[in-house]
Amino acid sequence: MAVKPSERIMVPLPSHSIVPIEDMHKAPVLQTHQLGIDFGGLTAVNNLNLAIGPTEICGLIGPNGAGKTTVFNLLTNVYQPTRGTILLDGYDTKGKSCDQVSKMGIARTFQNIRLFGKMTVMDNVKIGMHNQLHTSLLSSVTHGFGYKQAEKKAYDKAKELLDFFGMADLRHHQAGSLPYGAQRRLEIVRALATNPKILLLDEPAAGMNPSETAELMENIRRIRDEFQIAVMLIEHDMNLVMGICEGICVLNYGEIIAKGTPDEIKANPKVIEAYLGKKADK
Amino acid sequence: MKKSQKKLRKSTVNNLINYAIVAAFYLVVTVMIQTGSATRHMKSMLVPICVAVILAVSLNLVIGFLGELSLGHAAFMSIGAYTGGLLSKFIANQFPQIPVAVRFPVSLLAGGILGAVFGALVCLVVLRLKGDYLAIVTLAFGEILRSIVINLEFTGGAAGLKGVPQDASFTYGIILVFITLFVIQNLVKSKHGRAIQALRDNTIAATSVGVNATRYKLIVFSLSAFFAGVAGVLYSHNYSILTAGTFDYNYSIEILVMVVLGGIGSIRGSVIAGALIVMLPEMLRSLQDYRMLIYAIVLIVMMIFTSNDTIKMYMAKYNPVNFVKNSMTAKKSQKEEN
Ligand SMILES: Nc1ncnc2c1ncn2[C@@H]1O[C@H](COP(=O)(O)OP(=O)(O)O)[C@@H](O)[C@H]1O
Ligand SMILES: [Mg+2]
Repeated sequence: MAVKPSERIMVPLPSHSIVPIEDMHKAPVLQTHQLGIDFGGLTAVNNLNLAIGPTEICGLIGPNGAGKTTVFNLLTNVYQPTRGTILLDGYDTKGKSCDQVSKMGIARTFQNIRLFGKMTVMDNVKIGMHNQLHTSLLSSVTHGFGYKQAEKKAYDKAKELLDFFGMADLRHHQAGSLPYGAQRRLEIVRALATNPKILLLDEPAAGMNPSETAELMENIRRIRDEFQIAVMLIEHDMNLVMGICEGICVLNYGEIIAKGTPDEIKANPKVIEAYLGKKADK
Repeated sequence: MKKSQKKLRKSTVNNLINYAIVAAFYLVVTVMIQTGSATRHMKSMLVPICVAVILAVSLNLVIGFLGELSLGHAAFMSIGAYTGGLLSKFIANQFPQIPVAVRFPVSLLAGGILGAVFGALVCLVVLRLKGDYLAIVTLAFGEILRSIVINLEFTGGAAGLKGVPQDASFTYGIILVFITLFVIQNLVKSKHGRAIQALRDNTIAATSVGVNATRYKLIVFSLSAFFAGVAGVLYSHNYSILTAGTFDYNYSIEILVMVVLGGIGSIRGSVIAGALIVMLPEMLRSLQDYRMLIYAIVLIVMMIFTSNDTIKMYMAKYNPVNFVKNSMTAKKSQKEEN
């Protein structure tokens, strides 16, 4: 597809995609077309076609090393794809930098937590709001010309977001000193602070106990319902994935081997063989 | 909301303490000069102290807040020193009717701006480099610049530049220290300062939330080089002769020692260490020959102390400032509970 980067392209949903019924008539927030990347001789991702509805919760599952995190890195332009196209809200992201695609409406968390450890919880969220604060360099350097108002606005909005996740009391703590579960939650809050259209979560339940996982599930649902955005998540916890995802993609050796509703995925023999097979033994 | 005001006030107080330290230093010295108790020797250190403080604080912006190691700070200083020196000399010769109060600020601004331009240029060259590689390129830049200056005609070559009007004074120096502190402290506590520190803590995460890494590296490098240039102008207007040899990598290392000694990322530390590094060798004249050796030892000791968590913990525990702070916050929280 040869498209000018500035041009917005609206493609009808491909027939093979799964989106919630209320998203059927809307354009997908994220689409990929024959997306692929090679690392030297290794093809990490290949022929990836995705379409995610504007308020869909979509799961990306697959065995370790299948290329799931690499897909997120492609979608957020950490890696430039070797092949294929990504359309974010209808705009091609080819050649954009990470911060530019963030502005276009994609936000993510990381498999290994990446917080600004030495800064406070509040500052972590404020950095998430970076592109919504319009403080000029002059105003920053002088602390005049609307600096106070901008800072107050940032503070209020960040506090509101933290409140939404029950973290407002922690706002003056150093991010690196928080317990593990709170750090994972803060990463989500920071990502949401960018005001995204789609949120990517890389193994959000990793290392969490069942009650924390249940809370996380509830939070992911609340994020979608309150903010009306799409969520795409990589997760190994099948209860979580089957419990909240409307559509699921299964990745194996960098290629999608199955797409469908949770029930369809559970029943798919290819998936059971590649991934769930080991778990079914238990 | 109340908490936020308190928090704002706390960080403002921290900044104010730094201004107060500088103001107190100025007052004490002025009184000493007025009463005639300041020795000639002491007076000769005043402008160099201001130069060192500006250099240390501005280098700390790169090292402590952006998290990149620059070993070319003396080079940016030399750009300011020569630009300002030559400009003032030109103005003094061609337009002697222009007063010092106009001539010197114009030179300061010109030196700062040219420093910033070179800072931005070096930054563009090293944009794709990180850590050690960046440090080596900045070091090389300094050495290249020094060789060029020595071989140029209009800079006075190896013999040095003579005839720069001695416009610098302690008062000018303190005003410039204030401006440096004001700009850098304010910047650090703003949207832009947060972005800079975010890049330091985790570059990938910072860009993933929309921070433009290139833009902020450019801002930091040019702002830091701007103040290095200003410090250079102040320096060149304090001596009757300006030699390129002064601005070698030893000088860059000396500025680095100030930053490390004061604590990477601590502006107050840079202010105090900058002043100390100027005063100590002068006070301990007998150790003059061992200066670089002592710097090296200070660097090693500080690096060990600040990188070892156990030592850091003990230092924090027995640090008198922290001790007072902790007992104060403990009292405060007790009050809040009541
Ligand atoms: N930057 C890289 N360079 C080389 N190989 C990589 C890189 N990133 C990922 N890979 C490879 O791509 C494959 C998929 O990795 P990843 O996406 O992390 O898997 P997972 O599904 O477990 O998240 C692995 O074989 C990994 O070694
Ligand atoms: Mg992974």
